[in-house]
Amino acid sequence: MSTILIIEQILNGLQSGIMLFLMAAGLTLIFGVMGLINLAHGSLYMIGAFAAAAVAGLTGSFVLALIAAMAAAAIAGVLVEMLVIRRLYATDHLDQVLATFALILIFSEGTRWVFGSFPLFLDIPDYLSGPVTLPGGIQYPFYRLVLICVGLLVAAGLGLLITRTRIGIQIRAGENDREMIAALGVDISKLYTLVFALGAALAGLAGALVGAIQSVQVGMGEPVLILAFVVIVIGGIGSIKGALIGALLVGLTDTLGGVFLPQLFKLFMEPSAAQSSGSALASMAIYILMGAVLIWRPTGLFGARP
Amino acid sequence: MKLKSLILSTALAALASGASAEGVKVGMITTLSGGGAGLGIDVRDGFMLAIGQSDRTDIEVVIEDDLRKPDVAVQLADKMIQSEKVDVMTGIIWSNLAMAVIPSATAQGKFYLSPNAGPSALAGKGCHKNYFNVAWQNDNLHEAAGAYAKGTGYKNSFILAPNYPAGQDALTGYKRMYDGELAGEIFTKLGQTDYAAEIAQIRASGADSVFFFLPGGMGISFLKQYADSGVDLPVVGPAFSFDQGILQAVGDAALGVVNTSQWNKDIDNATNAAFVETFQAEYGRLPSLYASQGFDTANLLISALEIAHPDDADAFRTALEAANFDSTRGDFEFGPNHHPIQDIYAREVIKEGDVYTNKIIGVALENHSDAYAVDCSF
Repeated sequence: MSTILIIEQILNGLQSGIMLFLMAAGLTLIFGVMGLINLAHGSLYMIGAFAAAAVAGLTGSFVLALIAAMAAAAIAGVLVEMLVIRRLYATDHLDQVLATFALILIFSEGTRWVFGSFPLFLDIPDYLSGPVTLPGGIQYPFYRLVLICVGLLVAAGLGLLITRTRIGIQIRAGENDREMIAALGVDISKLYTLVFALGAALAGLAGALVGAIQSVQVGMGEPVLILAFVVIVIGGIGSIKGALIGALLVGLTDTLGGVFLPQLFKLFMEPSAAQSSGSALASMAIYILMGAVLIWRPTGLFGARP
Repeated sequence: MKLKSLILSTALAALASGASAEGVKVGMITTLSGGGAGLGIDVRDGFMLAIGQSDRTDIEVVIEDDLRKPDVAVQLADKMIQSEKVDVMTGIIWSNLAMAVIPSATAQGKFYLSPNAGPSALAGKGCHKNYFNVAWQNDNLHEAAGAYAKGTGYKNSFILAPNYPAGQDALTGYKRMYDGELAGEIFTKLGQTDYAAEIAQIRASGADSVFFFLPGGMGISFLKQYADSGVDLPVVGPAFSFDQGILQAVGDAALGVVNTSQWNKDIDNATNAAFVETFQAEYGRLPSLYASQGFDTANLLISALEIAHPDDADAFRTALEAANFDSTRGDFEFGPNHHPIQDIYAREVIKEGDVYTNKIIGVALENHSDAYAVDCSF
């Protein structure tokens, strides 16, 4: 196991973590500000990917595809918020889970109805494809480096938005005390719609960016959604900083665990048994991480202390 | 009295002619929604195309969607057997669903014709006289990939598959025919979408070739990322990651990749040519191997119904065993465990105009049966 391979795997872990962050950031905002569990967040990710594939197919432009992905997901988010979710704020979490689960089914079958049952084509544009050689002779796909940079830029932008702008202040205030900011004259329902649209656009962006190196198909959002929930639980609900740290932790644990646990098991087991039990343990690794964090800090790394 | 016996004899005559008078009910449980729906839709469309082309109007097909969930499939099977009273069942795509449904259906005296799933457990000791697989035993296409790798002279393969029963069977199947060294052997997570870590290991391993079994969306993700990684080792795999429904989503990344299949649209026989043409005319897309399997399953069923009704189980079974139908694969026959004995081809992904498709480049395994047939006795 050479150093080059280890560095490459760390980059891979960072990249998958940073894409998870885009999903988790929206989810944690919506949960933190509105107290809403939105299972349909994965569907917004899927909508982003499908919109990007459709627009890239029509125009051939990846940038337009990304814009379309964010717009389509944001519009879908606003519609969902205004038509369905607005009625759920006062109800308990079970009703929210049931309603947003229904939305998953509606979005999935709706997407199949429009786009058919077969996966769509969405590829990396030529100017971003192929490997680049990093210092030290590491060959690494350029597109993945771009993903890391885009993710970090979005994280920085969100950080500024939350800490430095008026809207950010309102969002943070909304997390702390809903009634009070309503009493201060902030239109809380407009704020909710805005937060929902922002979260949805981030999910759509993640779907489009990741869709270019994965398969754009119905149901692509649900596996990511589960990971995103793990991320916000680790990071602490409502915290953007927590979502970033949590996402990177999950990405690194998942990637490095999958590579190194089987190797570790090979030291004291025969290869094929080591491979399958190592892989099995690796797929549990992030949940073990989550358990450990929760024992140490029951509200997550950056969650509000009771 | 005379009238009574006349009625009786008419009734008897009707009973005797059985097949044509009573009609046949076929229960199809397949995956029509969710991530794996493309496969089930192709099987259904191929099957219904053959039923539509036959001159029999007495075959009723009841189609249900299993959502790719074993518990749903079991409920649907119970409903079909108990309240719909179907004679023959078919349609299941996934091996875990097949294992949940088929043993109990055959134990209740139903015939099951599998258009896809061929788990090893049902090919060896767990075989049943009323269970027929019209596609392949699960290991077959992987064995062919191993044979192709051996024939091409690969000496150091890196192999990977998801960590679930069919994935383990895949690597076993490849290793059964391939006799070189292994540069690495990885089980990935089922449903994994990012293969950066695995591709980095392939790059570092010093392998001379890569074998992978990653069906559906997993294969799309792997191929796109592999093509973008700059690793340019030759890749070989079973047809499941290269079927007609998937290739368009993979695009250029799949070009030139060798994959193994028991069927391709350029197999040269009249049945196949007519199948490809009519399928395209009916549904506006090229058929996949799954569609060909659905089509063959229906034609096998029709050929057996011409001889006997499923109520006459022994005669119907003998008629199925004879496999006296025109297959899209050319010659088709069943082995002693009711799984196909057939040629498996090596295909290469090419571009025809704007459409990505496959071209046969050779025969990987000739008249191939499966490794489990010896353990089967009815």
